[in-house]
Amino acid sequence: MDSLLILIPAALTLGLLGLAAFLWALRAGQFDDPEGSAGRILFDDDD
Amino acid sequence: MNAVTLGVLATAPAAPRHCLHCGETLRVAGDFCCAGCASARAIIDAAGLGTFYRRLEQSRAHRPLPLEADFTSFARDAGPGLFALDLLVDGLDCAACVWLIESLLARNPSILAARVNLSTRRLALKWRGTPAQANDHAGLVAALGFRIAPWQPMAASAQQDREARELLRCLAIAGFAAANVMLLSVAIWSGHDGSMGDATRTLFHWLSAVIAVPAVAFAGRPFFRSAFRALKAGHTNMDVPISIGVTLACVVSLHETWIGAEHAFFDSAITLLFFLLIGRYLDRRARGRARHAMDALLALSAGSAHILGDDGVAIARRIDQLAAGDTLLVAAGERLAADGTVIEGASSLDASLISGESLPQSVAPGAKVVAGMVNLRAPLRVRVTAAGDRTVLAGIVRLVEAAEHGRSKFVAIADRVARAYAPVVHLTALTAFVGWMLMGGLAWDRALLVATAVLIITCPCALALAVPVVQVVASTRLMRRGVLLLSPTALERLAEIDHVAFDKTGTLTLGRPELVSAVDREALLLAAGIAANSRHPLAIALQRAAPGTPAVAGVLEHAGQGLQSGATRLGSAQFCGIINPTDDGHSELWLTRPNRAAVRFAFADFLRPDVDVALDALRRDGLTVELLSGDRTAVVAGVAVKAGILSWRAEVTPAAKVGRLTELAREGKRVLMVGDGLNDAPALAAAHASISPATAAEATQNAADAVFQGDALLPVVEILRVARRANRLVRQNLLLALLYNLAAVPLAIAGLVTPLIAAVAMSSSSLLVIGNALRLTGRGRREAA
Repeated sequence: MDSLLILIPAALTLGLLGLAAFLWALRAGQFDDPEGSAGRILFDDDD
Repeated sequence: MNAVTLGVLATAPAAPRHCLHCGETLRVAGDFCCAGCASARAIIDAAGLGTFYRRLEQSRAHRPLPLEADFTSFARDAGPGLFALDLLVDGLDCAACVWLIESLLARNPSILAARVNLSTRRLALKWRGTPAQANDHAGLVAALGFRIAPWQPMAASAQQDREARELLRCLAIAGFAAANVMLLSVAIWSGHDGSMGDATRTLFHWLSAVIAVPAVAFAGRPFFRSAFRALKAGHTNMDVPISIGVTLACVVSLHETWIGAEHAFFDSAITLLFFLLIGRYLDRRARGRARHAMDALLALSAGSAHILGDDGVAIARRIDQLAAGDTLLVAAGERLAADGTVIEGASSLDASLISGESLPQSVAPGAKVVAGMVNLRAPLRVRVTAAGDRTVLAGIVRLVEAAEHGRSKFVAIADRVARAYAPVVHLTALTAFVGWMLMGGLAWDRALLVATAVLIITCPCALALAVPVVQVVASTRLMRRGVLLLSPTALERLAEIDHVAFDKTGTLTLGRPELVSAVDREALLLAAGIAANSRHPLAIALQRAAPGTPAVAGVLEHAGQGLQSGATRLGSAQFCGIINPTDDGHSELWLTRPNRAAVRFAFADFLRPDVDVALDALRRDGLTVELLSGDRTAVVAGVAVKAGILSWRAEVTPAAKVGRLTELAREGKRVLMVGDGLNDAPALAAAHASISPATAAEATQNAADAVFQGDALLPVVEILRVARRANRLVRQNLLLALLYNLAAVPLAIAGLVTPLIAAVAMSSSSLLVIGNALRLTGRGRREAA
């Protein structure tokens, strides 16, 4: 059962990291224009 | 790929040639179909962005239309010497268009930022210079073939965007918490056979509490707020039992954890919230998208007005900035933006949007005109007497708001069920609590645990999902067919309809002039070719009658009179030198050619192409149909006969329409009003449910429950059918949820429901309800195939 003391905090930390990343992305407007961003990545600036 | 094909075609003149910008098949000499396309291509090539044409996937560039609005007054101050402008861009088909607009604007060193959002179609611009440059920047985008409008009218939906984002944030947190608590709970459940020690179980319960309690407090706010509002207003809704159940589950579980007991309901509380948030988020998003689409349609159709400046030069002015005393210049084909008196010019005006009257009325200096009328013939100068809130139009809008008040009393089915359901649930839980304490001899906290289990098992999870899921599926399906559902209770009310009242002009008919006289093909082609040089409504009708006719070059437009190409003239009887023309009430154009008899083109408002089919379908569905029109008796009778409607009334004023609807309602009929004119708006708001075409006036669309696009009338039938099927599914879902609860409640009262059973019951009932709702899409697909 000792392993739980490491595994549970580790699992929670990883989960929290994912949640924080999602909330950050939401706040940074990354979900504002899913269609546009999908196409934008294919354009080079120099042609 | 487009550019490659075009290169080949240029060397093979036998093959059909295509416009080098919009790709339309060419029948005239040269590389372009029109001057607009030629200059669009020139702008793009000059900026070195020619790869745009290669990047267009499947779609084609659009033919540019002249920019008629004034954007200067929409420019915002964005710091010292900086200005910002938000535009709605129509015609964005793919990412290539985004790239083109952004790259082209970026070539201008004074522009600091240009960013297009493909999902919302918003272009955000920021530049250094003067606000007047707004028109240059906007003009550049318009010259490429994109239609643009100020973003401002769309700002109202920004509030909804914020709410949707807030829901998404709650959803993320609830999802995270639910997954982690469930992980711990599965461990606890599998340890119930004794393999997990009491200390470990209590530790797991504490961990669950640490995750679940803050998450419930945060993600539950949309429900708590709504429940609080309902209670304050003195009634209950679905959110009251949800809020009480979730809160009580958390409190009781905290107590259980504190005393180290066997069961805690943290997982139930947070999973419940997670499911409910999914339903609520989808519902909000579907409605937000419909609202956004309608706002965009309206913003694009609103233009700006031209007034005569002090120096005698026409200047563009925002409609909301017109003032009494301004001299308004109204070109042929333009819609009046304010009430006023004609001071110069003679023309005929189409008032069908205001009164339903289909015959244009003639006006001369001194005549009073009203905002919303369309100038059909010659340019007019109008002295503005009332603008903005004081126009007749604004008065009708207020009438609509008053009429809508009555309908807001309608209570959604979910809330009706909740009003009956919540007290029963709470009473059952209370009975279980008191019963176990007094007769079962349990301690208060044991009895409370049983009561909590009752609340959780009856918590209307499936009930609260039953309605939104069906609504989302139905509105998505309708949206694909060009129907926008605007009101949240629209489907329920539409499903109850047994009588349909149609307006005539613009609803049963197309609301625009169409060629009705039979003319020989050669004259029509010639006339259409000449007419292609004009934006006049009758000229556009001619082009529609002979689609694809290339424009004749060298045509002179005599404003308000007609078009001239050499000795050939197309225009009014007077312009063409016709003496004593016959007057049968139709709008007309004459074509005169040297040494040939004059040809008359008569125009009239046409029935929508599928009126027969649509009305038959309505009757087959058991609905009665009637026609309510503000137009003259003779015209209405004619249309009624043609459409096969037996019950009709003509010359009905807006107030009389409302009166007729109230009369029908008293007879016990549930009336659907379908209309487009401003004179219909009060009736739309007063009817049990209402639908309007997308060509309707803004106030009318706002009063309607649903808006349909296109020339066909069948969407009305489709809306009603989908509504009825959706309503059936909602009722089935509610029944399923109730049956589920009936089966589970005895277990809960008996104190047999553990967190594991609660979780299984909750998830399976939710999945059942969602699965049932999805049947609506499945059947739709089969029908379409």
